[in-house]
Amino acid sequence: MSVAQPPPPRLQMRGITKRYPGVIANNQIDLDVKAGEIHALLGENGAGKTTLMNVLFGLARPDEGEILLDGEPVQIADPADAIARGIGMVHQHFMLIPVLTVAENILLGAETMANPIFLDRREARRRIIELGKRFGFEIDPDARVESLSVGWQQRVEILKALYRQARILVLDEPTAVLTPQETVEVFAVLRRLAAEGHSIIFISHKLYEVLEIADRITVIRRGEVVGTRQPSQTDEDDLAELMVGREVQLAVERGTSHPAEPVLTVENLKVRSDRGQEVVRGVSFSVRAGEILGIAGVAGNGQDELIEAITGLRRSAGGAVSLAGQNITSWSVRERREHGLGYVPGDRQKYGLVLGFPISDNLVLTQYYNRPFARGIQREDAAIEKWARDRIEQFDIRTPSWASAAGTLSGGNQQKVIVAREFSRDLKALVLDQPTRGLDVGSIEFIHKQAIRKRDDGTGILLVSAELDEILELSDRIAVMYRGEIVALVDGRPTANKEEIGLLMATGGRAPTEQPPNGGTSGQAGTAMDMPVKGAKS
Amino acid sequence: MISRPRSYIGRVVVPALSILLALLVASVIIIVSGLIGPEKKVDLLLPLVAYRSLLVGAFGNFKGIANTIVAATPLMLTGLAVGVGLKAGLFNIGATGQVLTGGFAASLLGVLMNDASPWIAIPVALLGGMLAGALAGFIPGFLKAFTGAHEVVTTIMLNALVQLMVSGLVNDVFRAPGFSFARTAPVGNAELTGVAGTTLHFGVIFALVCIPLSYWLLWRTTVGFEIRAVGANPTAALYAGMKPRRTMMLTMSLCGAFAGLAGAIEILRLGYYPAVFGSSIGFDGITVALLGQSNPFGIMLSAILLGAMRAGAPLMQIQARVPVEIIDVIQGIILIFLAAEIVVRKIFRLRTPQVTGELQTITRTYGEKVVG
Repeated sequence: MSVAQPPPPRLQMRGITKRYPGVIANNQIDLDVKAGEIHALLGENGAGKTTLMNVLFGLARPDEGEILLDGEPVQIADPADAIARGIGMVHQHFMLIPVLTVAENILLGAETMANPIFLDRREARRRIIELGKRFGFEIDPDARVESLSVGWQQRVEILKALYRQARILVLDEPTAVLTPQETVEVFAVLRRLAAEGHSIIFISHKLYEVLEIADRITVIRRGEVVGTRQPSQTDEDDLAELMVGREVQLAVERGTSHPAEPVLTVENLKVRSDRGQEVVRGVSFSVRAGEILGIAGVAGNGQDELIEAITGLRRSAGGAVSLAGQNITSWSVRERREHGLGYVPGDRQKYGLVLGFPISDNLVLTQYYNRPFARGIQREDAAIEKWARDRIEQFDIRTPSWASAAGTLSGGNQQKVIVAREFSRDLKALVLDQPTRGLDVGSIEFIHKQAIRKRDDGTGILLVSAELDEILELSDRIAVMYRGEIVALVDGRPTANKEEIGLLMATGGRAPTEQPPNGGTSGQAGTAMDMPVKGAKS
Repeated sequence: MISRPRSYIGRVVVPALSILLALLVASVIIIVSGLIGPEKKVDLLLPLVAYRSLLVGAFGNFKGIANTIVAATPLMLTGLAVGVGLKAGLFNIGATGQVLTGGFAASLLGVLMNDASPWIAIPVALLGGMLAGALAGFIPGFLKAFTGAHEVVTTIMLNALVQLMVSGLVNDVFRAPGFSFARTAPVGNAELTGVAGTTLHFGVIFALVCIPLSYWLLWRTTVGFEIRAVGANPTAALYAGMKPRRTMMLTMSLCGAFAGLAGAIEILRLGYYPAVFGSSIGFDGITVALLGQSNPFGIMLSAILLGAMRAGAPLMQIQARVPVEIIDVIQGIILIFLAAEIVVRKIFRLRTPQVTGELQTITRTYGEKVVG
């Protein structure tokens, strides 16, 4: 035995195997994370990242394998046990109660008691402020969570774990909901945590982020570890190939566009939110046939309402929308569709699909009443089936049968069903709302290619995405939406500058300290970047 | 048509097991009731005797079968009144009120045409009952579509409203002189009399036509596609260019029409409208629809099952001395097991699927925003 043996890694997972009926979610996975290390876990949706973390967090029991903390084998019974052992989890969807304060949320489940009946709020506040200071983000413990921006809510989640003395912090796709600037800020926090000796497991499928933040990267594919890399030894293409198992074209060939006449024109459009606030405040733009106009913006700056007004799901409060020269402002959803407007909705499960219906019915969801799918009111099942078979083949929808329920498909294939339905018509204009949200690299590649093809067929495409990279990759022109207004309209790559657009998204081109016009209480437009103000209880 | 044989088997399992469990639980009640009955003894075979005489009473001879069919007829219709609604995501508890409305309208039309030819009087009275029921269904549909008022609340209130209003009218305006209790005048030639020495009547045909008709409507037409889409995902229906509000109003009217027809048949069979018309067929429709899994043919089978229990009960009471009320008990227990599907699946260790479809309609939280 040598005297200078290095300390064992903070966490070792050895030979973890987890089987579910019909699938092996994790197959002999080894993972070790050192103290002070940021270890990225990279893989497509369904690769087994979540299962592995559920095993770590005591939510799933492995069929084989062992977990060692600081070299000691442990059995993790449940999440409470995991927390007690210093494992903290920050979920993609925050587990926060909006109406409670930061301190109350942090205390929930880990109450600091003054005596058996009352909380020791003072001590709790002191610890929260101290923790915040230590890791470089001072937060007001009395701010209500609902008044915080998404980026700050995430920090509350991190604080929650730190308050419970987590030494291993798991972050599940932490940047999915953040702006580029917020991502930079959170990365700074993570680096500081690591420097203080915390171990961080960073789950993601965004390649460039992983390369930027991680000390080591473990790639998982189909439940198995296919490689571990250091950022200095690899690049995006290498990681993508590892992740997907084949060579992937990360950036589609956008080619040159040949824009013609305007097909979708929005003039001084005003739209109110459900709460009656004007969240689209006089927007004007025009999408020309054969081009992709991207709308960049932090989620909640009025994009949803803008799209709903264009597609007919929401009444506008002023202004006009015209499609191929005709004013469609007061038309119904169906009239707009029949006039050549296609729409891939942002929430595919809520709007895009009827999950309990067969794929075939979903493929005709918007055209079921037309020939050849119906004659009079009688449905023509043979025609529907044929159409479905053709779409499934043409759009490479992976399913055992056209009669399978849409809900049984993976996210990527569900999106392909919607894309197949919307793209298989002659369209004048097409609205794509977050077309690749939550999808894996392979599906993204496919959908991007289809969009370019549709553009080259002469369709005018309006692309709305919270992913700035997606906007940059596809758009011929880019409009930046901020607090209900278009604050900039620039040409796409190669002239577009990512940092510049990111800044516009975050500040609207104004000084970042400026107060939001609506007082910043809505949680919708306007609050995305606001720092929690001391004593702001709204 | 899309064939999904496996899912059909899956859909039959829970109802069948619910019936089985209900019969088992009812057996215990029957045995215990023997203990407190006139003979005061425990007879473990009593349930078997009771169920056997129930079966014989319902299917033992042609008359019994006829009685079963006649009892099943209105249940098929009220079953459809609830089941079709469930397909559109609507829980129609108002079948009772719609039955009364339809029955009352049919009785008035029958009185008006009491000396017309039965070939005219009966269809007109039945059709009038359907239309009146449709109106009674349209009202909660309209309220749901345009104010968001939940149909469970509005239909329950309408049930009470209709019941009191109709019985008030019969007690006062439409009371026929010369009878010891408040009732309308006889419907004369519009009465549905039994044929061939049985209770079988002309109205049975109307009900039997409604079964395949609603199956065709739901699964083979674009209207049915809209109904099912609105029920399964109203926001997606809206996105697809359908009109969920219109579909809700249409569906509730259709449900009301089925219930109205049921009421019309029952009243024309009776020959008049009594001020106190205490029929449970409206609420029984809920059991029938859930047992039939909202499938029209399933509803037909469930209605026949429940109708058979009604028709066989008198013989059971005579032979086994088990009171006919045990039928209500069995029906209630079936409903409990159906509603608590999870319990049945736990008992028989069945795989629990995600809560979807009809059950979701019933367990869904109230006060959701209506889309459209």
